[in-house]
Amino acid sequence: MSGKKGIILTGAIVGMLAVALVKFGNPVNMGICIVCFIRDTAGGLGLHRAAVVQYIRPEIIGMALGAFIIALKSGDFNVRGGSSPFTRFILGVFVVIGALMFLGCPLRMVLRLAGGDLNALLGLAGFAVGIYVGVLFLNRGFTLKRTYSLQRAEGYLFPAVQLMLLILLLVRPAFILFSTEGPGASHAPVIISLAAGLIIGIAAQRTRLCMVGGIRDLIMFKDTHLLTGFAAILVVAFIGTLITGTFNLGFEGQPVAHSDGLWNFLGMTLAGLGSVLLGGCPMRQIILGAEGNIDSVVTFMGMLVGAAFAHNFGLAASGAGPSANGQAAVIIGLVVVLAIGLMNTDRAAEVKMKGDVEIGA
Amino acid sequence: MALNKVDARGRSCPEPVLLTKRAIDRSPEGVQVLVDNTTARENVKRFAGNLGYNVEITGEGQDYVLTISR
Repeated sequence: MSGKKGIILTGAIVGMLAVALVKFGNPVNMGICIVCFIRDTAGGLGLHRAAVVQYIRPEIIGMALGAFIIALKSGDFNVRGGSSPFTRFILGVFVVIGALMFLGCPLRMVLRLAGGDLNALLGLAGFAVGIYVGVLFLNRGFTLKRTYSLQRAEGYLFPAVQLMLLILLLVRPAFILFSTEGPGASHAPVIISLAAGLIIGIAAQRTRLCMVGGIRDLIMFKDTHLLTGFAAILVVAFIGTLITGTFNLGFEGQPVAHSDGLWNFLGMTLAGLGSVLLGGCPMRQIILGAEGNIDSVVTFMGMLVGAAFAHNFGLAASGAGPSANGQAAVIIGLVVVLAIGLMNTDRAAEVKMKGDVEIGA
Repeated sequence: MALNKVDARGRSCPEPVLLTKRAIDRSPEGVQVLVDNTTARENVKRFAGNLGYNVEITGEGQDYVLTISR
């Protein structure tokens, strides 16, 4: 499955499964949300104590395992790492803090839009601005430098950890937390969530679907390939929410959302900028991690820690709106991420291209 | 005539495409791009194809060499 048809089909599958997952019990407009689900998993593991968002989400596990299995089969499994890992960890922390200000990763942003939540328009605008700024850095020679080959065993650990999470979810030992109310208590049956995750993981691995890549490639290369996947999710989820009756057009009273436009905008600016510097949206990081990209695994760990911070420090927004701590964290995040952009931009890279060539082992 | 070479191995998205773009801007007659993963291979191939170039791919150990020419 490749080319335009593949990416449209993948987008359609993601849109359809997202709507189905809501029907089966996930929170409205949150069939899949990578950042929210990492946050819930962090809660399930007791890394934060926000009682309403604690549940080890099988969708994430399924996506990682699906991508891992198909990457092994297709020969895309390629274990590598070493491209500024700690910088990526920090970027992962702030992408999540930005996304939890908006209350959704780029994928949920599209699903919220599809469900009629107009606050997501502000999020989308901020996301596009963040991506645009990231592209400016890339065009000026921003790079986190190259990865290197690692032992194959290193690449098996991330899927193994996901498998462990699945076991914890199924065995339910006392130290694993489960929300009894709130978004964390709204979830589809494990087997359905896991199956949906597996399908999305496989399709996203094959087609390299990426939310941030869509807008980035349009700005940088006038290439709409990835954007068609983004559009397919939007269209199919829109039709799906109309059919299932969850479509609700407006700004106020949207599920798991707030209507503070400025902070919806700035939260997604941070998430978009951070994601461009990372080379992919949160979903893409999970797929890459499963393919053996250890830098993306480190990014995932950063997102997990960022999600725990977001609730331990009261940074995440809620239906009532953003918190003062969260506003401060988003501003700090923008400063830190811009500084990372500046410090890793090598203007000489453009001119030394020819010299670059001879290096290489 | 030997084509200019670009080493984009180990670079994350979208750097391989960006390096290719810069190289083609300098030498529009064509370039050779070295990548080490299928994502970069497909992205560079699609990019060069969209510009109307022919792309020939050969394997070199774990790496791929993309010969991009008119």
